[in-house]
Amino acid sequence: MSLVTAIRSGDAAQLPGRRDEAWRYSDLKGVLRAMPGASPEAAAPASAAPLAEVAADNEIVVVNGRSVVERFVAAPGLARTLRLRVAAVTEGTAHSGLLAIELPEGSDLTIIETFEGVDAGYVSDFALAISMGEGARLERIVLLDEPADAISVSAAQVELSAGAKFRQTVIASGAKLQRHETHLHHPGGGADARLDGLYLLAGKRQSDLTSVVTHAGPDGTTAQLAKGLVQGQARAVFQGKIVVEEGADGTDARMGHHALLLNDGAEVDAKPELEIYADDVSCAHGNTVGSIDEDALFYMRSRGIPEAEARALLMEAFVGEVVDRIEHEPARDAVRAWVAERLRGLS
Amino acid sequence: MLSIKDLHVSIGEKEIIKGLSLDVPAGEVHAIMGPNGAGKSTLSYTLAGRSGYAVTEGSATLNGEDLLGLDPSERAAKGVFLSFQYPLEIPGVPTLTFIRAALNAQRKTRGEPECTAPQFLKLAREAAAKLKMDFDMLKRPLNVGFSGGEKKRMEILQMAILQPSFLILDETDSGLDIDALKIVSEGVNAMRAPDRAMLVITHYQRLLDYIKPDRVHVLAGGRIVASGGPELALELEAKGYDQYAKAAA
Repeated sequence: MSLVTAIRSGDAAQLPGRRDEAWRYSDLKGVLRAMPGASPEAAAPASAAPLAEVAADNEIVVVNGRSVVERFVAAPGLARTLRLRVAAVTEGTAHSGLLAIELPEGSDLTIIETFEGVDAGYVSDFALAISMGEGARLERIVLLDEPADAISVSAAQVELSAGAKFRQTVIASGAKLQRHETHLHHPGGGADARLDGLYLLAGKRQSDLTSVVTHAGPDGTTAQLAKGLVQGQARAVFQGKIVVEEGADGTDARMGHHALLLNDGAEVDAKPELEIYADDVSCAHGNTVGSIDEDALFYMRSRGIPEAEARALLMEAFVGEVVDRIEHEPARDAVRAWVAERLRGLS
Repeated sequence: MLSIKDLHVSIGEKEIIKGLSLDVPAGEVHAIMGPNGAGKSTLSYTLAGRSGYAVTEGSATLNGEDLLGLDPSERAAKGVFLSFQYPLEIPGVPTLTFIRAALNAQRKTRGEPECTAPQFLKLAREAAAKLKMDFDMLKRPLNVGFSGGEKKRMEILQMAILQPSFLILDETDSGLDIDALKIVSEGVNAMRAPDRAMLVITHYQRLLDYIKPDRVHVLAGGRIVASGGPELALELEAKGYDQYAKAAA
């Protein structure tokens, strides 16, 4: 049961839905009654990609699920930046794509991964397989900037080796149904993972950030921080699961998810889970869903800041914590600018 | 400067201020003293424009201009500054960013040019130096993790930079030890000017040893029940508020 099997077979019965625990809050079956036809081949969009201002050494463009390469191997040594542009240039059709990225021992890569749709009403599935050699470093910045009526599922399988450093920030603006999954296999051995998320949702958009981190060996670190703002009738889903397997002693795992609902009618479904089968571990999770602090708002207004500006400042400060954790400076600046633009639409 | 006439204010169904009239001319410092529940905080929040405080009757004007119909931010631009009893923590917003946003928002509302970043930094550095504050503290999120005394000094710093014309000090002495009280009072006294007035709201006379008022008013039961010179504060300290309980009832 998955979107990709449904797309390939054209059989909507293959879609997962609310009866499947992992898809409880993202009911693909409910939004997609029948499978649409296959997307045609298309040229890359003529417009600039999201976050285009970030310079990249390599670029892979995936249009309607198709790309020239199926595998990218990072060059060892120098820090490199790869732009991975995933675009849907079609209307009312479905497609799927996949790509493998390998980071040999000691390599250092930043991926600027963006999702966009030129036309509307498409169904997209994209799978990424990432494997990291010993001591490799990867920072992955994923921006899901899709049309409101898109149905889009993207998933990454990430295999770390000892001493690897994995950094990820997923920024989502939602769609009709938009889900990003990260499945991280953590061998421990000093490997270190950061999985952050940020969602800014308005209208009737939905966004689902799902992650499963499995600590299979001792002495691994995971830090996760997801934050979001939800307005209108939008709905956010956060499912974060950290599994510490037997023997994975010395694991240090922290998960935080914090959301602000900007009005009645907005919704957040959060499911943080820690499953711990080892003894000597340090794990914690925190989850809060609240609204903008009215007292803080009045305080700011009493100093002369108009309400809309005060709200925007508070919202920017709230989500800024996630943006600040992006290590790649040009990417951090570009994401900050994108977020500021999006916030103007929310306040 | 400030003129309040027959002000009635309710919170929900309950009337808290019941016909309050008060004039504070430019250049003067007036103290409002009163027992708990007299309506002191209601008065300060009403003047600053907090929602939930319904004015059912009366008026409040600053230099002849109506205040009560204005948004809190517009009142600030007209010169009203409420120093909070418990200043709020604003996570994620550096103090400097906050004050600059406030200053420029006020200037924009008044149709004045914005203060550039270098101009603002100079202003902030000077104000911090005068208050003997560590400038690095202003890079931290406003009031987050600050002590009670530090928060009050941040209020004074904001006053010094924003240069309001009418100050309302709501229980400014609460939570301050004597050293902090002295520093804060010095900051307030430095703001005294012929074209500026202050309303000092306090439960205790102690603060008035440091900020000398021109007039003292007793607020009880939602009304001013007595007014006098500074000696009234001393009398209250000696005799307590009981004598006014009947007058208020």
